[in-house]
Amino acid sequence: MLIFERSQAGRTNGVQLNNLDSNTADIPDNLRRKKRAILPEVSEMQAVRHYTGLSQKNFSIDTNFYPLGSCTMKYNPRGSNKLAMLPGFLARHPHAPESMSQGFLASMYDLQEILKDVTGMKEVSLTPMAGAQGEFAGVAMIRAYHDANNDDARTEIIVPDAAHGTNPATAVMCGYKVKEIPTMDNGDVDIEALKEAVGPQTAGIMLTNPSTVGVFERKIKEIAKIVHDAGGLLYYDGANLNAILGKVKPGDMGFDVIHMNLHKTFSTPHGGGGPGAGPVGVSERLIPFLPVPMVAKEGDNYRWLTEKDRPQTIGRLSAFAGNAGILMRAYIYAKMLGRDGMVRVSEFSTLNANYMMVKLKEAGFEMAYPERRATHEFILTLKKEAKETGAIAMDFAKRLLDYGHHAPTTYFPLLVPECFLIEPTETEDMATLDSFIEVMVKIREEAHTDAEMVKGAPYTMPVKRLDDVKAARELDLKWVAE
Amino acid sequence: MPFIPHTEEEIKSMLDAIGASSIEDLFDEIPAELRAEGLKIEPGMSELEISRLMNGRAAEDGTPGVFVGAGAYEHHIPAAVWEIATRGEYYSAYTPYQAEASQGTLQLLYEFQTMIANLTAMDVSNASLYDGASALAEAVLMAVRANRKSKSKRILIPRTVNPVYRQVAHAIVRNQGIVLEELDYDREGGHIDPASLPAEPGDFTALVIPQPNFFGVLEEVDALTNWAHSHGALVIGVVNPMAMAMLAPPGEWGSEGADIAVGDGQPLGAPLSSGGPYFGFMTCRQQHVRQMPGRIIGKTVDLDGKTGFSLTLQAREQHIRRSKATSNICTNQGLLTTAATIFMSIMGAEGLEQAAATSHANTNELSDKLAAQSGVSKVFNRPVFHESVLKFDKPVADIQGAMAEQNIVAGYDMAAEYPELAGCMMVCVTETKTSADIDNYVDNFKRISA
Amino acid sequence: MSNVPSDLKYTKSHEWVKDNGDGTVTVGITEHAQELLGDMVFVEVPEEGNEVSAGDDCAVVESVKAASDVYSPVSGEVTAGNEELADAPETINSDAFGNGWIFKIKLSDASELDGLMDAEAYTALVAEEA
Repeated sequence: MLIFERSQAGRTNGVQLNNLDSNTADIPDNLRRKKRAILPEVSEMQAVRHYTGLSQKNFSIDTNFYPLGSCTMKYNPRGSNKLAMLPGFLARHPHAPESMSQGFLASMYDLQEILKDVTGMKEVSLTPMAGAQGEFAGVAMIRAYHDANNDDARTEIIVPDAAHGTNPATAVMCGYKVKEIPTMDNGDVDIEALKEAVGPQTAGIMLTNPSTVGVFERKIKEIAKIVHDAGGLLYYDGANLNAILGKVKPGDMGFDVIHMNLHKTFSTPHGGGGPGAGPVGVSERLIPFLPVPMVAKEGDNYRWLTEKDRPQTIGRLSAFAGNAGILMRAYIYAKMLGRDGMVRVSEFSTLNANYMMVKLKEAGFEMAYPERRATHEFILTLKKEAKETGAIAMDFAKRLLDYGHHAPTTYFPLLVPECFLIEPTETEDMATLDSFIEVMVKIREEAHTDAEMVKGAPYTMPVKRLDDVKAARELDLKWVAE
Repeated sequence: MPFIPHTEEEIKSMLDAIGASSIEDLFDEIPAELRAEGLKIEPGMSELEISRLMNGRAAEDGTPGVFVGAGAYEHHIPAAVWEIATRGEYYSAYTPYQAEASQGTLQLLYEFQTMIANLTAMDVSNASLYDGASALAEAVLMAVRANRKSKSKRILIPRTVNPVYRQVAHAIVRNQGIVLEELDYDREGGHIDPASLPAEPGDFTALVIPQPNFFGVLEEVDALTNWAHSHGALVIGVVNPMAMAMLAPPGEWGSEGADIAVGDGQPLGAPLSSGGPYFGFMTCRQQHVRQMPGRIIGKTVDLDGKTGFSLTLQAREQHIRRSKATSNICTNQGLLTTAATIFMSIMGAEGLEQAAATSHANTNELSDKLAAQSGVSKVFNRPVFHESVLKFDKPVADIQGAMAEQNIVAGYDMAAEYPELAGCMMVCVTETKTSADIDNYVDNFKRISA
Repeated sequence: MSNVPSDLKYTKSHEWVKDNGDGTVTVGITEHAQELLGDMVFVEVPEEGNEVSAGDDCAVVESVKAASDVYSPVSGEVTAGNEELADAPETINSDAFGNGWIFKIKLSDASELDGLMDAEAYTALVAEEA
């Protein structure tokens, strides 16, 4: 039932009304709203009950194992949330003077410093509001760099075929053409293809390492040299930073610009699809182009860095300074981890992934890259199961829901057929991992004995499989009163 | 170990299963020369220690009296809003790709889309964008896709649009051959005077119309909309959603209504929080829905014919369309739309209307009282929503500094973005302030001016 | 193996071309292509009067899981887009070579037709991709 269907004309929430007779007589008639907007007319308790009820129809990290590859669904500490929502932080207006903002600015400055250390980059701007905006900032900086050198022949960005869809979409938004290069059977970038692809037209390359196929790109130094020798720059997509936190720094791999997904690696909430936070870090040569504002420290005093300090900046990407409250959560999380905790993130996420990979392999499942170590995630292909039983990866995914586990990422990367990209994260215990493996074995048995049943899953969710074709053909995007 | 559940025994049995002698072995594919030599950051803190640190910093920033807006507005938020929004089932869920296990978020977003579409009187809404500024940038890109008759990629943007929104739009669209052309405003009214618009403007793709505009002033939206449409251009409205409870919504502007409407949803339940996270919203006419960026939720049925909700029109998006996507945008601001949906449900249209009306009246009260002081005058003569630009004889920075000492954030200095408005400061008074608060502001102002 | 009518010409990107004999051609996507894409949910057809070159993307077919460009196999002026598809995109699934046509073009260079594949070559291409 929709909240609108609980609505009764004339019902109001007295306690939320101010009932003041506010004078609005100076607003001319032609600029006034004629008819009140249709919003719910429900009591506060009805609203609370309705949205509490809806929440119970969700899987979430707080309720279920959520091994979505590439998404790093780790525990979101409650402490981060509580402290980021302290009244002093929530009440701070973005235009409050610096003199009334030292606590906030100090936290942002510290976060910049922490991110510099863990990534090995020279400077960091926190402002991008999500990974895709961080990517945009990164590629825009690459463009600004070439433009500043009057090098306008560079019109292409190289992207591996296994890359996230945001990579090519971002390159196009920055006015570049996209050149795809293939991935080899062992998961590494095809170096020969890269050598052929680079040239005076190359603006840069966008890479994820560990890559989107869940393995570490071993020849990264060689790749960096090839691209740099051609005059291009290297962009690091930080989607998989969790795998190498404290172990390897993207700056040491030769990257010129990186973005981090704080909602992944630094455990800020995914919130049902955002907000994210996608800070960018750069090497020396891109510092002048970083998006503003940033925070500087002078003596004991913190202040904003703006266009005045950075005339070559690519500009602003948000109305203020990005998703500040999310940055605050990431900062608090980073402070709780500290020097040693950071390294343990990559160690234990890698341990969990390798354990699951080995156990699933033992159970007879096929891995996409069986000769490789898992990083913090790995790919399993259900090609064989699909062929033998007719139950495809999507059916396995839906059936997992019935057993209380969220499905891994399915059908990404596109180049592995019938794939699951599985990322357990470091915050899951061994028993949970074992339970997932048992369930996978059980579903495979079910697929062999009763494939139709598996293909009809899920059965225990609030709804069964939804008709996506109807949803797209007969668009119904809002409720209309009958 | 923070947030890691493994016992020594478990670690050992897991390593045995893998056939590795140490966790270190699992990193053996990484070339040794690349390995980091430890981090320089400080050791970790317990929750108690970090609580001490953060409580201290939050207290340092205090909770001053806020009389500034300029894109972020302090409104009352019912206590229930964030109590519910931060439930783990909303807070720690991912994008609803597995629809069957995400019906809570999906239905909520469908309700959100309905509320935002109704508030703006437009046909359809998406499930949110990052913030108002980036939503304007996306609206510009969308208008270029949607207005196929116009070949110029020329967008007219009044200087009365929030200057940072204009800067963000520029930063995002600059590499796609799109021209953002400014329209100057009327110095008396602080608005775009319809009579000043050229009779033959040449081909342009869209006109951006703010309501209220950055100065708080109300624009003549009907005349502006009709003018743009008569020249084959689309209209992009940039609106304050709280104001829409009181002011004519973009869907009703002129004879045909705006084509796209965007804005920042912050007034609908998001705390000031240093500028974010907020959320951008975007609505449009039905005919343009396939050009709209961002996630969209549709209603459908399941195998048994039962009503359910799912992400739809995904083929527009980057994960399928890659380099030909409508945008590179991937995420929305789910948590904030959750809060906004609960906020609008609890407040209702009447609650929004009252908050808007009181903010309006309070702002007039403060600007009238200030303008009655010597050395202070109102800059524009047209009606405003809940912000007002005033000119002061005394330097604005001095006023801001002295008021800060009284724990008051006094207003927004216009000089940096509008050199012609040097010496001017913009104030905003929402429904959170009483007449006593306003008098306190004025008294403090008198004292520091004396 | 899906149907490949012998009286049509084909492209590598799975469009079919019918020579109408009056200097115009009709273009659609093949039965094989619609099978790959799945249930159609939306089709964007080009506007009448548009000038296109061979290889230009000039229509989009969209299913739940994919959106795919339709490339013009020949150069010329668009004389019609199939407006019926707006309300019934599924026609491409049910009748790809008939009522599921997407646009018509007045040829500017009839010799371009000679460069297209015949049914036999296209059948071989599909077999090779499978």
